[in-house]
This record gives sequence, structure tokens and C-alpha cells, in this order.
Amino acid sequence: MSKTTKSSTSSTVKISSLVLLIILVALVLSLMALIAAVLVFESDMLAAGYLLLLGAMGMAFSTYVMFQTRRRISLLKIESPQITTTVECKKCGFKSVREFQRGDYVFKEVEPCQKCNEKMLITAIYRDVKEKIKEPVAP
Amino acid sequence: MNLSSTIAALNSQILQDPFGEYSWILNLLFYVVFIVFIFYGQRIQMYVMIREVEGSLYKLKYIKDEGRRIAIETIKELGKPQADPTDRVDRFLEYFTISPQNLDPAGVVWKLEHILDVRDVRFKDEVKLMAPVADETQANNLENMLEAAMALNYIYKVIRHYYLLGKKTLSLYIIMQLQMILPLVMREAEAYASALKAFAYGQPIGDGVGALVAAKLMRGYEKRKVPKDCVVATVPLEGRTAFVIKAEGPGGNVGKPGDAAKLVIEENEGKIAMLVMIDAALKLEGEALGEVAEGVGAAIGGPGVDQFKIEEAILKYHIAVNAAIIKEDIGDAVSPMRKEIFDASEKAIERVKQLVLEKTKEGDKVIIVGVGNTIGIGQ
Repeated sequence: MSKTTKSSTSSTVKISSLVLLIILVALVLSLMALIAAVLVFESDMLAAGYLLLLGAMGMAFSTYVMFQTRRRISLLKIESPQITTTVECKKCGFKSVREFQRGDYVFKEVEPCQKCNEKMLITAIYRDVKEKIKEPVAP
Repeated sequence: MNLSSTIAALNSQILQDPFGEYSWILNLLFYVVFIVFIFYGQRIQMYVMIREVEGSLYKLKYIKDEGRRIAIETIKELGKPQADPTDRVDRFLEYFTISPQNLDPAGVVWKLEHILDVRDVRFKDEVKLMAPVADETQANNLENMLEAAMALNYIYKVIRHYYLLGKKTLSLYIIMQLQMILPLVMREAEAYASALKAFAYGQPIGDGVGALVAAKLMRGYEKRKVPKDCVVATVPLEGRTAFVIKAEGPGGNVGKPGDAAKLVIEENEGKIAMLVMIDAALKLEGEALGEVAEGVGAAIGGPGVDQFKIEEAILKYHIAVNAAIIKEDIGDAVSPMRKEIFDASEKAIERVKQLVLEKTKEGDKVIIVGVGNTIGIGQ
């Protein structure tokens, strides 16, 4: 019965093979442009400069797309927040905080107190959120 | 040739004639892009929007599928069904409710109540068939969880409908409207997704703060069950007698506080000095989470049947109705209760006590109704 909450991540979510192929082709072409830039550097400096620019831009763009795709996958998750259960002894005031367990509810009598052996009571169940996003402010 | 002189030579060549003999290509490219944007600009904009909607639709599909998966897994775990519940869950997700005809509005509340009762019984029966071993608390939680999965399924289907319609008709206005409301829709879907997990585990949700206030007030006093799915306790409060009502927990349940309040009023022959309702309410952006505000009127959401019943009863006996609301946004209302909301329950109790002291005399009788889903909250 006592099963703690788990975060669920799906392994079925994968990068589309077409997107992966396009990124790979773009990377190969960019690499070829960079190699060509080195090869033609002596004979045609202008062409080498443009090939270098093209290659660098291609590399940067394909790397960016790759990271964006990975980011999108990481966003496809249902976060399981950390839930805290506070257990209190009404007789001696002993208080303990633990992770939520399935079956917990507010005002449930649980295990005996470590100090006075009186039955303890769940007095709070909540999630503590650390604000990650900076909220916009208004005057 | 050293590096600095090479760079200087390259620089001067680029500055003088950046594309050399190929500069006509750039000119042509510029005119082509210009003409394409004149004629196809709107269409390109639409394709960009469609891509954006498509991305959100993928996410919605993922959330919906996860919801279905969590629902099936939880039913298997808690209900120990003999047969695979997948088909039954899929059928449940497609359920619909037709609201009563209101061309002649007289009596529509009772018709609506009847439809909602039938729906409730049907859902409970379905859950019993899906999860025969589940106890009452678990069955209530499973029912709530399935309703959240159903909402996710519906949101996904509606967005998919407009997305496909927009693509089929290539109407910028359909796609534009969809793209504009998507951030709000996604927020709601994410809220339902976290509600689903809270229901699966039986965790208190933000909406239950009203029930939590009532539970804290009635703790240690004798309770009795009242229709429908509610409990009432007689609590001495600041020299007055308070009848504290909440839905029966800890299973996911909102009860019918309207019926319960009406019954207590009738039992006391209308001799009630004041009715106080405590509920979670949606906050506006910029308002603090867990802020407590006071007002008058029946603070209760839902389809309106309970609000109607309470208003009828207080009108009959001329009872003053006051309300205390705890502010939170939609995401916090259906996801596991945040610490700020839990702490706000103490502030709400203080406000209720102050209200009772200021507005009633010693020896008076008051009714305090804690409204909301009581999942994960006992009494």
C-alpha cells in the first residue's frame, strides 16, 4: 500500500527519423563546405571565405535544431511534484516530515509516536514549490 | 604570406566587390524573395502558425496518452479487475452529457440536477465494474481520475478538430484563433495532467482548501452523515453554535453542500443567524496565491444547482450569507495543494471566526460550509 510517488518519463518519445536525417545531411554538407574552404584557400580566397561562412552557419544551425528537438522532448514530461506529509503527535508535540505515501490523508491516524507511543496524526499534506519562472510585475 | 596580410587582402576584396561576378544571383534572389512575400506572405505566416499549433497538439496528445495510461495502470493496481479494463476505459473517455433544454427555463435546475445525478450513478457503476476490489475512497479517487483523463481527451480532440479544419480549409482565421488561445488551453491541459496524478495517489488538491478549513473546524467533534455525501458537526465557536458542513472525505468527492445546508436550515426551522461559505476561487494575475478575501453571496462553483438551492433556502428564511474565498489559479486548483494554500486555511479560519464574532450575537446558530473536493482530506 505504501507506495511513494514516482516521476513518469516515457521512453517511447523519440526524435523523428526524418528530422534526424535532415540534421545529419546538413551537418555533413557543412563539414564538406569547411573542408572545401581549406582546400581552395590558396587558389581562391574569396570562395574559401564564403565556404567557411556557409560551413560555420550550417554547423551552428544544425546543432541548434538538434538541441531544440532534444529540449522539446524533455518538455514532453508530466512532472511529479514532491509532496510532503507532516505527522504530529498531539500529546507530546513531536513532529516529523516525510515524503507522501499512497493512502495518506489529512487527519489520518498513523504509526505510534517515537517518544510517547501515542498514535500520531497527519496534520498537513502539501507541495512546496520553488518558483522557477520570474513572474512579470505590474506597477 | 602571413595571416594578417591574407585577412587584409580578403577584406579589401569583399568590400570592393563582395560577390564578384556572381552578384546578379543575389539581386535575382532578392527580387524573387520580395515577390514571393508579396503574394504568399500570408500563406507562409499561416504555415508558421500551423507548425506552432502542431507542436502543441503533439504535446496534448502526449499528455492525453499519459493520462489514459496512468488511469489504466491505477485501475489495474487498485481495482484488480479480472479482465483488461482498457476497452472500458476507452469507452469511458468518450462519455458525454447533454444539458437539459432551456427554451422554457422554469424548472431547468431540477432537470439539470437529475441529469447530473444520472451521470454520477453511471460513473460510479462504471468504476465499480472496472475496479471491483477498490474500496469507497479508492473508487471515488478513481472516478475523479477518470474524469480528469476524460477532460484531457476532450481538449485534445477539440484542438485537433480545429487544427485539421484550418489545414483543410487553409483559413488563416481558424488557425489564428487557435494559435491565440493555445497558451491558455495548454495551461489547462497541464493542470488536468497534474490533477490526474493527484487523484491517482489520493493527494489533497488546491480546490479542497474550503473542505480543509471545515475539517480543521470540526476536528474532535462528533460528525453525522447528511445527504448527499456530506458530513456535519456541531461545533461551539466563540459562544455560538456552528454547524460545520463539508463533503465526506478522504475520497475524491464534492458532495452536495446545497442539500446539506438546506437540511440543517430546515432542522433548525430557519433559526440560523448567518451562513458562511468558504471556497477556493480563481485569482487574477498579479494577486497573491493564498490571499483570503471576504464578501457576500453563495461561494460555490460547479453547474449551479447547489448555489441555487442555498440561495432558495436563505431567501425563504432571510438568512445572511457571507463568503470567504482563498485565491489560486486554475493550475493550483486542480494540482496537489501548495504550501501557500495550506497555510491560507489558517488565515481563513481566523477570518471566519472574526466574521462570526462581528455579525452574530452570543447563543446564535451559524452554518459554516467548506466547499470543494475533499480528496486527501479526512474529517
